[in-house]
Formats: sequence, C-alpha cells, structure tokens
Amino acid sequence: MFKVLSNEFLNPVICQQVIKAPRLAKSAQPGQFLIVRVDEEGERIPLTISDYDRENETVTIVTQTIGASSLKISEVQKGGFFSDVVGPLGNPSDMVKLSDDEISKKRYIFVAGGLGTAPVYPQAKYVHDRGAYVDIIVGAKNAETVILEDKMSKVCNNLYICTDDGSKGFHGLVTKKLEELLVAGNKYDMGVAIGPMIMMKFTTITAQKYNLPMTVSLNMLMVDGTGMCGACRVTVGGKVRFACVDGPEFDGALVDFDEAMRRLTMYKPQEEEADHICKIGRGK
Amino acid sequence: MANKIPRVPAREQDPKVRATNFEEVCYGYNIEEAKQEASRCLNCKKPRCVEACPVSVKIPNFIHQVLEGDIEGAAHTISLDSSLPAVCGRVCPQESQCEGACILGIKNEPVSIGKLERFVADWSRENNVKFIDKLPSNGKKVAIIGSGPSGLACSSDLAKLGYDVTIFEMLHKAGGVLQYGIPEFRLPKDKVVEHEINNVKALGVKIETDVVVGRTVSIDQLIHEEKFDAIFLGSGAGLPRFMNIPGEQLNGVYSANEFLTRNNLMKAYKKNYDTPIFIGKKVAVIGGGNVAMDAARTALRLGGDVTVVYRRTEKELPARLEEVHHAMQEGIKFNFLTNPTEILGNEKGWVRGLRCIKMKLGEADASGRCRPIPIENSEFDLEVNEVIMSLGTSPNPLIASSTKGLDTNKKGCLIVNEQGQTSRKEIFAGGDAVTGAATVILAMGAGRKAAASIHEMLSTEKN
Repeated sequence: MFKVLSNEFLNPVICQQVIKAPRLAKSAQPGQFLIVRVDEEGERIPLTISDYDRENETVTIVTQTIGASSLKISEVQKGGFFSDVVGPLGNPSDMVKLSDDEISKKRYIFVAGGLGTAPVYPQAKYVHDRGAYVDIIVGAKNAETVILEDKMSKVCNNLYICTDDGSKGFHGLVTKKLEELLVAGNKYDMGVAIGPMIMMKFTTITAQKYNLPMTVSLNMLMVDGTGMCGACRVTVGGKVRFACVDGPEFDGALVDFDEAMRRLTMYKPQEEEADHICKIGRGK
Repeated sequence: MANKIPRVPAREQDPKVRATNFEEVCYGYNIEEAKQEASRCLNCKKPRCVEACPVSVKIPNFIHQVLEGDIEGAAHTISLDSSLPAVCGRVCPQESQCEGACILGIKNEPVSIGKLERFVADWSRENNVKFIDKLPSNGKKVAIIGSGPSGLACSSDLAKLGYDVTIFEMLHKAGGVLQYGIPEFRLPKDKVVEHEINNVKALGVKIETDVVVGRTVSIDQLIHEEKFDAIFLGSGAGLPRFMNIPGEQLNGVYSANEFLTRNNLMKAYKKNYDTPIFIGKKVAVIGGGNVAMDAARTALRLGGDVTVVYRRTEKELPARLEEVHHAMQEGIKFNFLTNPTEILGNEKGWVRGLRCIKMKLGEADASGRCRPIPIENSEFDLEVNEVIMSLGTSPNPLIASSTKGLDTNKKGCLIVNEQGQTSRKEIFAGGDAVTGAATVILAMGAGRKAAASIHEMLSTEKN
C-alpha cells in the first residue's frame, strides 16, 4: 500500500498527488514513468513521474480526469492509499547520461502540451540546475487550464504560454510558437516534446524543418510496463520497439505517430462504455 | 496383480459447459478414487518415477501412504521436496516425467501420479494441514528475485534451513507465471496459488511486491546497502516473441503474454475488474505450446471462435497431451502444417484476416523434430479479426544489463555452472531466466539446486 500525502487540483480536470514511495523516490530519474493500481479491481495505469523528492521519499503524479481509471486515481484523497505504485520504469532521458559540464553548454527547448507539462518539469529542472539554457513552451486550451506555471517559470530562461483561445499568452498552437522562435533565429541543440500524440507529431514536423532534433515521450497502452506484454509496441525507424523498456523517449523524427495513435484506440469502445457507466453512477 | 486394475479416470467438467466458464476443468480424485489408483503402484525398489521428477518427490512413499489412508503423512512426504504440490499436480507434464518413467506404462497405463499428488495437496488444504519444520535462524540474508516457481522453491528450502529470505516481485501479486500466465480453469488462483504461496510465507519468507529489480533497486544495492549475503535470480522469461511478419502492429494483434496477463493477473473476465480485453469473433492463435493452448481456451471462454495455427503436425505439438485433448474437446479448431506469412488489416488498421502458407515436414532438425518447409504457391487466407502470437518468450534483459559482471548467452539467458552459480559468486540463478521458456517443475528443480548451493556457500564461508 502506498499513502497519498496530498491531493490538489491544478485546474478543473488535472489532479496532482504526492505519494510516499521510498524505493521509487530513491531511484527515479527524469523521463521515467511509474504504474499505479488504485485497488484490487483497478487497471495498471502508466503515468509519467512529474517530480520526485529523495529526502522526503515521495514521488508526484499528475492525472487528467478524462477516463474512468484516471478519475478513480484522482479520487484518492490525502491520507488514502493506492494498492500499488511501481517504478521507476523506462529509461531515463538522454540528458541524464551527459556530464554536468556538457549540459551547461547546451540550449534546450521544451514543448509541453496539457498534461505533458508535468513530466517536462523534472527534465527542465535537471538541465536548468546544471546551467543549461532552457526555453519552455506550454500549450493549454485556455487560461484556466494552464498548470504549474510558477514551478515551470523557475526552471527556464523563458516560459511561453500558448492558449487555443488566446485567453492567456500566445494565441495559437505550440507549433506556431515554436516556429516563431526558430524563425526569429533562436538556436537550440535539443528539443523535447511531451503531450498528446498529435501535438508531438506536429511539433516534430515543425522542428524537422529547422533541423532541430526533437525527442518525444510516448504514452502507449501498457499492462506490466517491464517488457512482458508488448501492448506498447511502436514502430521507430522501421523497427518495432517496446515503449516501456526501449523508451518511453524516442527520436520523434523516427516515430510512426499515425500507427501509435491508432494503437491507442484499441479499447476505445470499452473505455466509452466504462466512462458512460461511471457517469451514470455519478449522477445518482 | 496390481497392474491389472485400470487407471482411475479423474472426473472433469463437461466440455460444453466448461467452454463458457473459468471454473476448473478437472475435479480431481476423491479419497476412494485416490486409494484405488494408489493400489496400482508397484512400489518399485528402484523407483524410476523419482529419478524422472525434477524435484525428486518420494513418489512411491507418498502413494503407499495414500493407500493406507494416511493422507497427512503423504502430504508430509511430498512437503520435504516440493513447496507447490497442488500446483505441480495440476500443471506438470507428468507424461514426460514421473508418469513417463512409470514401469506400468510399458504395457498399460502409468500410475496417475499427478492426480494423486493433487489429491494429497488439495486434501491438506481442505483439512488445514501445514508443515512448518525449520531450523533456527542463522542470521544470513538471501534475496530472491521473482516469486515464480523457481523463486518460491528456492525460498522455501532456504527458509527451512534457517535463512532470512526476502522475495522481490515486480508485479503486484506473487506467483509469477502461476499468476499471470496459467489460466484459472487450469490453476485456480485464490484457492490453489495463493494458498501455496501462503504456505511459503508461513515458513517466514517475506515477499515485497512492486519492486522491479534493475529499476527500483539494483542487485548491487541489495548486496551492498541492504546486506544480502546471496542472491537468487528467478526472474523468468517474460519477453514475448513476434514473427516479424507484416501486419503485427495492427489493432487486434496480441502477444499471448498480454492476452493472458489481462485475463489472469488483471482478471478481465470478471465484470467488477476495470481491465479491458478485446475479443474478436474469430480468433487465430499462432503456436502449439502450453501457452498457445491456454490462450486459445481463454479466448474461447470469452466468446471467440478459435483456431490454433501450427506449422507442424498434431504429433509435434509441444503442449501437454491433456491440454491438447481438453482444447479439442472444448471445440478449438486446429490448422496443422500451416504458417502465417502476413496479418491483413482493414482500412481502419484492425485485423481482418491471416494469410498463411501450407507446410510439409522435412528432415529432423537439431531439436529432433521434423523441420517444417513451406509448400510453394499454397497461400490461403483465414478470416479472423484477432491474432494471438504464442511463439515463446525470452528472458528479460533488465537484470543482466543493469548488473556488472553477469554473463549471458546469445539468447540473453543467464549462464550458470552445475551449482546454479552465475559468473558472480554471490549470485545464483535458475528457471526460465537460465533455460529460456520451460516448465514450472524444471524451474522448481533449478530453484532447489540453487538453494542447496547457496547453503553450501554460506554455511562453509568463514565469517
């Protein structure tokens, strides 16, 4: 059992929870993920690690209450428990392999979409702490749905907020902002995009036009998260890879995003039914 | 003469009924049936069955006790060599081990050793008989990686010898393949698996779930920071193989591992569980091993019309005879001498068919089985909308790649010596992580051997 130490909604649909998980907190690195199983009947849900605190032995997760399972996770309050929290899973980001000196000479651009803002944080923090130049673009629907703005602004040189409706920051998609920055002559050694699959696809395409390498983090369907099931198969550079053990981060230019998006719909009919039942139950 | 008595058949659930539920197929013996079957044993002076058992259960002894009605005594006899008798009585390939060696089998049918073992184990459970014979604590710590058959066997032997044993399991439930791989209808989880694991725990073995060794904690951390004196790696062979044919990325293609894990560990077949599973109307299962039979029979129970596609003939099927027999009874179709060449998809990226080629058998290969050869221009399409790949598994590279000085072979299997010791002297290994995918009982045998070697090393070591 893993105790939930805090539960806070960052916007109306995004929930942040801090969990006591000593082993996990000790070994977590930027770019890795974990799996939560709420209770005996729950699914194993992969979630990116949005922060970790080795001293207090905690990890932080962020969920969007769109599906039945993530809603169930978000409903576990401060003082409650998750049956299982396992990780860290997947490979740490490439930046972890670089020396602090190497990182300090690099210029990074992070592009975050919605919930993807959370996993960008530990990565941006990691390189910013080591002296790298960091720009971050965060995309959200509107001003109300922007998350972690204060935290993000502390780990970068420039934070660009983009909203679909223009209610805050730049009016338009993150790809447009990225292109604007690149056209204006901003140079980056490395880009990292984390967010919805479609957003990562077009961010990669935009980056390619300017020869900017773009790493993406793939949130595929998974069961065990350790290479056993193969549910998370993705085609990268023409080869089948498992996002859980070969990723979750890959060179965006090599990822078959259309296939990945299609594979995410494997249980759409069942999910819709579960959401439906869930909402009916809630209406009582 | 004892051997004139025909083998006592075990009662089974009706095939038509069981094809629609996940209740256990075989009911096993009652005490009268067990005694009658026990009376067939010749009590050989040099019992070939014991030699053929990977964990050397004293088979004639326990059978004799059954005959005398001393079931508790029989259970005690088995417990000296096996910590999972209710499991082994159900899933061992007895026909190629103990029963295969039984002298009665030469002219007649061998003694039904598996069913007798199962009877004794089930009886002990129902009568709450436990054996907690163990030596006092010797203060030494051993970490076991993986709570599958090899890890459980190794743990219970070491615990009995007085070691402080902790098992680290990466999934949320202990049991390894007994939990995620073998289906409920063959091996009931709550009744049998949990019970036998609780018996191992009763010996003082601790089990820590949700720990992925190689990620959550490293082997060297366990040795240096958590002060374990020895390690046993029983991490299994969990990585599924695919065929690398076109169409494997389509929606509706599963590895047998995923399909079975969703249903067994994650209980997709139970309405109150959140786990989704996709069941096509027509399902093809590729492969002919026990896992293929399990996947096929599971898909059938979930409502699929299932065909097993196997490249050799019925004779070469690697699955246990009983499983093949049960699958056929339940209405699973078999397409022998057939090999898939491509999975066909519809415009939305879902499976719509399986292109296959007819095969014929050529000369025997290194495995001793005839090599299947494709027959030119014999392609045909099977209409299916789900494909389950059951082509075997290979060891997870996570531990080997995260531990310095641990040698593996070309297939990624850990290399061990006769004593089950790896290239690092304090680390032992056994089971599928060493052999590649094999059986529960071979893994248990390897776990026991490693336990003996660990004991040998730690008890002779100067402190």
